[in-house]
Amino acid sequence: MTDQSAVDTGATEVVDDFMVRSENVHKSFGRLEVLKGIDLTVRPGEVMCVIGPSGSGKSTFLRCINHLEKIDAGRLWVAGHLVGYREKNGKLYELRDREVAAQRRDIGMVFQRFNLFPHMTALENVMEAPCRVKRESKAQVRERALKLMDRVGLADKVGSYPAQLSGGQQQRVAIARALAMEPKLMLFDEPTSALDPELVGEVLEVMKDLALDGMTMVVVTHEIGFAREVGDSLVFMDGGVIVEQGSPREVLANPRHPRTQDFLSKVL
Amino acid sequence: MTHTTEDPSAERARPEAIAAVPVRHPGRWVAVAVIAVLTAMFVNMLVTNEKFQWSFIIDNAFRPNIIEGVRTTILLTVLSMVIGVLMGIGLAVMRLSPNPLLSGVAWLYTWFFRAVPRLVLAILFGNMGILYAQYDIGGVPFAGFFSDLLGVNLNGTLFSLDARTLLTGFMAGLLALALSEAAYMAEIVRAGILSVDPGQSEASAALGMSRFQTMRRVVLPQAMRVIIPPTGNETIAMLKDTSLVAFVPVTNELFFQLQAVGNRTFQVFPMLIAACIWYLILTSFLLVGQYYIERHFARGSAAGGGRRQRRPKQGGGPGPEPVPVGAGIDLKKGEGP
Repeated sequence: MTDQSAVDTGATEVVDDFMVRSENVHKSFGRLEVLKGIDLTVRPGEVMCVIGPSGSGKSTFLRCINHLEKIDAGRLWVAGHLVGYREKNGKLYELRDREVAAQRRDIGMVFQRFNLFPHMTALENVMEAPCRVKRESKAQVRERALKLMDRVGLADKVGSYPAQLSGGQQQRVAIARALAMEPKLMLFDEPTSALDPELVGEVLEVMKDLALDGMTMVVVTHEIGFAREVGDSLVFMDGGVIVEQGSPREVLANPRHPRTQDFLSKVL
Repeated sequence: MTHTTEDPSAERARPEAIAAVPVRHPGRWVAVAVIAVLTAMFVNMLVTNEKFQWSFIIDNAFRPNIIEGVRTTILLTVLSMVIGVLMGIGLAVMRLSPNPLLSGVAWLYTWFFRAVPRLVLAILFGNMGILYAQYDIGGVPFAGFFSDLLGVNLNGTLFSLDARTLLTGFMAGLLALALSEAAYMAEIVRAGILSVDPGQSEASAALGMSRFQTMRRVVLPQAMRVIIPPTGNETIAMLKDTSLVAFVPVTNELFFQLQAVGNRTFQVFPMLIAACIWYLILTSFLLVGQYYIERHFARGSAAGGGRRQRRPKQGGGPGPEPVPVGAGIDLKKGEGP
């Protein structure tokens, strides 16, 4: 494919060791500027937790990483590839829908509201994308899907429809569904915020297991305990900018910026 | 201070079931009496009024030409609904497309075919033959103009059909019904697509599925739950609107045939009653079909018919689930630094 080779040999393609690299990313919804210049890097295998008050732009930034939102300014790379664009001779070209879809294959995403497909069983949910997008053989996908369902502790729920599962179970199926595409990077958008308190632990356990397995993860969360125990780095966002970032223990124990101190005093 | 109950079920004996005197509803009995009297009067009228000519209805409502009419009516209904639904899905997707030309064309189509009455459409299509004597299929536009200009005989036509065979009777009636149905179905499908949570498309896109796959595999199956009930309505309306093609004219259609018998024998009224009975029978079959289709597309949904759980074979049911292994650390927030 000629398009593909253009991506690989693009003169300004940045080749680096980062899984995610964000350079001065801006994003507005109408007149409201939600992201006002985000710079950060995520190394392979790193678990980055993003915290901050609502409306701080953390979910929007996460959605920019897999191009569910288009950025207005700046640059964003995933695994060395510019997200949503191709840069050639100093000019940006929008990627076609098909090329955007190809980029998203390597990025798994877990949503706050689970967004499982309600007309499919749990197993069908997990198998759908590998069968349709990667066109792998059904038997092969099925075997992998069953393993994933076992990994998230739901081997006995493969035939259940999402409406028959608790919130925690649904979110674990959603994680298995994302993992079925064998992504290099997992994005979590407040994965436990819609759950009853007693169901939060089972989802966090699955995520911790995934982190220990070496998955690169960007987690937008309100679970400070998870950020401290599992996170390699912590980013505190407020008002569309990164206010403070560093190792979780450092930031949580000795927040330097007054806004971080204020936020943490409210949630801890 | 807290109370704990060691074994809540064993603690106390279950009290006896409540056996209270139910509230009386005298109004219901009054209503029953009134309706019984009215029904008796109606049945009496049906039986005693000789103008109904029941034996004549029974003798004539199942003649071969009327059965042929039933067949044509069913065929027209099925074909125009199939074409209408398929075109409707296409128009709805066009209407929701970001391409302004596509959505504009879809809007224009819907505007035109919803504005013109079906009866007018039927007669209009029946008279299309006046417009063109021949339809050129695959013809080069303005072929005649160019061949005159270049002085050569360019016959760009692949094949042609006589308008009188293409657009008379059945075909004209079918087109009038199907094209107008497509406009209504487009609106129904559009409403169905818009009823699906946008998070579904997002989840599908995040998995790397294409727009087409998202529509085909994720959005449309869920939209069906909203689309089916009004489509059932449309099918029933269509069954009845097939009587309009008598004006195209299509002569082997049910209502035309029943009326023909009535006119020939000067027994117009009994044949109108026969028409009512036929349409009642056919509609009843459609209702049964609709029930099964609705049940199929309701799978996986908790709404409708109580919290029915479908395919419970794999032991699914909401319930507490033990936390998976390795719950070693406390992940709760609240233990401050």
